[in-house]
Amino acid sequence: MIEATIRNKGSKMRGILGYGAYVPYYRLRKESITAALGSGGGRGTRAVASYDEDATSMAVEAARALMRSSETPEPAVVSFSSVTPPYLDKTNANAIHAALNMPSSVFATDMTGSVRSTTGAMLAALNDSRPVLMTTSDVRTGRPGSSDEANLGDAAVALMVGSEIDGPVIAEWLGGASATGEFLDRWRQPGWPYSRVWEERFGEAAYKPLVSEAATAAFKDVEISSESVDAVIVTGLHSRAARGAAGAAGVGDKPVVDDLTSSVGNSGSSHGLLALCNLLDSAEPGQLIMVISLADGCDVNFFRTTDAISDYSPSTTVAQQIEDGNDDLDYQKFLTWRGFLDREPPRRPDPEPPAAPPSARNTQWKFGFMASRDRSSGMVHLPPQRVSLKGGAVDEMDMIPMADIEATVATYTIDRLAFSPSPPTIVVVIDFDGGGRFNCELTDADPEEVAIGMRVRMTFRRMLTADGVHNYFWKATPIR
Amino acid sequence: MGSRGIKDQVAIIGMGCTNFGEHWDKSVDDMLIEAAHAAYDSAGIAQDDIDAFWFGTLGSGTSGLTLSKPLKLDYKPVTRVENMCATGSEAFRNAAYAVASGAFDMVMAIGVEKLKDNGMSGLTGSSVPSDGTQATSTAPASFSLLAPAYADKYGVDPDEMKEVMARIAWKNHYNGARNPRAQFQKEVSQETICNAPLIAGQLGIFDCSGVSDGSAAAILVRAEDAHKYTDNPLYVKALSFTAGPARGPLDPDYDYTTFDEVARCAQDAYEQAGVTNPRAEIAMAEVHDCFTPTELVLMEDLGFAERGMGWKEVLAGTYDLDGELPVNPDGGLKSFGHPIGASGLRMLFECWLQLRNEAPDERQIKSVDQGKTLGLTHNLGGRPGECVSFAAIVGSELG
Repeated sequence: MIEATIRNKGSKMRGILGYGAYVPYYRLRKESITAALGSGGGRGTRAVASYDEDATSMAVEAARALMRSSETPEPAVVSFSSVTPPYLDKTNANAIHAALNMPSSVFATDMTGSVRSTTGAMLAALNDSRPVLMTTSDVRTGRPGSSDEANLGDAAVALMVGSEIDGPVIAEWLGGASATGEFLDRWRQPGWPYSRVWEERFGEAAYKPLVSEAATAAFKDVEISSESVDAVIVTGLHSRAARGAAGAAGVGDKPVVDDLTSSVGNSGSSHGLLALCNLLDSAEPGQLIMVISLADGCDVNFFRTTDAISDYSPSTTVAQQIEDGNDDLDYQKFLTWRGFLDREPPRRPDPEPPAAPPSARNTQWKFGFMASRDRSSGMVHLPPQRVSLKGGAVDEMDMIPMADIEATVATYTIDRLAFSPSPPTIVVVIDFDGGGRFNCELTDADPEEVAIGMRVRMTFRRMLTADGVHNYFWKATPIR
Repeated sequence: MGSRGIKDQVAIIGMGCTNFGEHWDKSVDDMLIEAAHAAYDSAGIAQDDIDAFWFGTLGSGTSGLTLSKPLKLDYKPVTRVENMCATGSEAFRNAAYAVASGAFDMVMAIGVEKLKDNGMSGLTGSSVPSDGTQATSTAPASFSLLAPAYADKYGVDPDEMKEVMARIAWKNHYNGARNPRAQFQKEVSQETICNAPLIAGQLGIFDCSGVSDGSAAAILVRAEDAHKYTDNPLYVKALSFTAGPARGPLDPDYDYTTFDEVARCAQDAYEQAGVTNPRAEIAMAEVHDCFTPTELVLMEDLGFAERGMGWKEVLAGTYDLDGELPVNPDGGLKSFGHPIGASGLRMLFECWLQLRNEAPDERQIKSVDQGKTLGLTHNLGGRPGECVSFAAIVGSELG
């Protein structure tokens, strides 16, 4: 952690210190919707969060990708933005905070509910003076056969926002402007499984003047001309309005970057930053990037990449994750995972929720995936033990983080009896590099591909939900 | 190990065992009454003659009241015992120690389990409030880890391994077909076994034991008193129980081809009984064949085969009913299902019949006629790498 003792708000270069994107493994081929329903669907794919993922777990994975990419300062704030927060009342960002093993002094907060809340979280981070880890993540759904079902997708992004005293800024925030209008474009009551939209030509007409207004004000704010813009990112769930936005913003002649609709799909509140990550993955120093976001108004922000971006190497790129996706997912499985198809479970007891006190006692293990290592024998214990298996030393342990250590499958089996929203369950016994054995589920894998010796890494997942309690813990997943 | 043992201090003078199966028409109470009274009749005693009871059940009730209420016991001590799948055996072990201690003259060990009332497939666990991080794999999945590990270590190819597992299931069903108390009393061809739907890993339906209801009971007295009640008691030669650090899930050195707990438990039992060559000296064994690879690994852990040779012995018929060392001559968990509190006592019941030459002709083992007098029963509870293990040796002769 880089300690900032003297801050002079406004005078230091502020912007993005690091980023991480997470695109889940599975893709739905849109043609499979058409094949099943006789309508809907389209060309290309959309990204699909696995049955054991939600907006929180994906945000953790994005933040982990960020932290693997570069040395980051310890943030003062961890925020979580989403239209699909797994909890109300309870702060979802706390699970992210815990999974990242952050100290209690770090403020965790949700900024959730609307698509625009991500822009709000980003502006709050940029206008802060401390390092802020902001995450944004959506699991997007649509009624079977709808345009939303085919064209939206699931993804998460994490940004470390800070000032140059916190570390090298790779993309400086130059400023921007917003325009807000009250009109009915897209809406959803809490608890609805999908959103509703008004007739699209109305929204297109409503957005257009707001885009122009925001763009004009933004150019004025940063005192640059549209000529200097190198790349334009336009995102918005109103695709018709988004298509016309560059023109309305006066940058219709500039290159508009791939909006990833035909590969990932529009990931709602996280989508603008996903497109930005994709651009930063291959950006050169000195590029001026205009980010136009359409959501209940228009927000325009300018970033300029710095020399530091040359030294920044993301642990994984958006393009790589798109390429690594598996598009064999059945439409029926997709519907089942998202709760649109209620299927007969095995004749086994209902899963039970984790209990609050043991979960709280074991936060370092359950969320942080910390093991205990015996100081004398070096034996690594997962879960943490007080008495060493080797030598029996009592309370002579150090807690060590295991989440980023890779492992090898020692043996495995396919459990066809266990309760799972997506049977069969793959059970693996894994041995971590440097010591430690663990018995867990293997996720995002085909039973046919599992083998003794397979290399795996850990991923943060939602094991199940019972009595409204989400059971977050870790699974293994193949290193691809 | 530090156990002195109680060789030849305690004797079984009577036993009872219900039929095992889907007893839709019988309650826990009904089965307890049936097993207890069968044991009283077998020993020729009355309920009031018994001074104390050890009652085993995993989940069909709690406390001694589960037994004392249906039997209308006359304010006697009843100890409720639970030790996972070894629960029935554990009731027997503690009852035997009570007699050996001199605290009581006559005691009963009785176990029961009613599994079929919950409407679930397979066994279901009890739920202790937890942090939700425990592995949730089912029992067949956990035990299925044994098969590929064993095959890999000893160079058995997958088809051969499947054949070995099928041979074990075939044998136990063959034996069960000759037992009117068994849940499944039909022979099953190896072809049917091999082609059954998969449950977990390489385990098909026929590689898994059944789910049933049942109860069994034994009456114990001091050895010197045994002949007051019967001419041919069974003497307790050894009782061993092990629970360890459960190293399997933690230790990369554990390779899923052995149960440490069983190997240690067997060694202790043989030392107590003075058995030096179990394969030659034991007349029969009832072992915990919850899944077919379990029985394979047990043959090695119990010293019935050299390490890595068990699979060949299985294929050679060593453990068949007419083999050198019959294993699960009553049909095992495979044919009886596994009503947890009852299983260990059901195993002893087969020793009671076989070692006293009272088994039906079609399954009476020949090793008894050849002068072998010892029977072994074995249970394990838990899963590979983290289990409890029980072993008993009983014999028809003193000394």
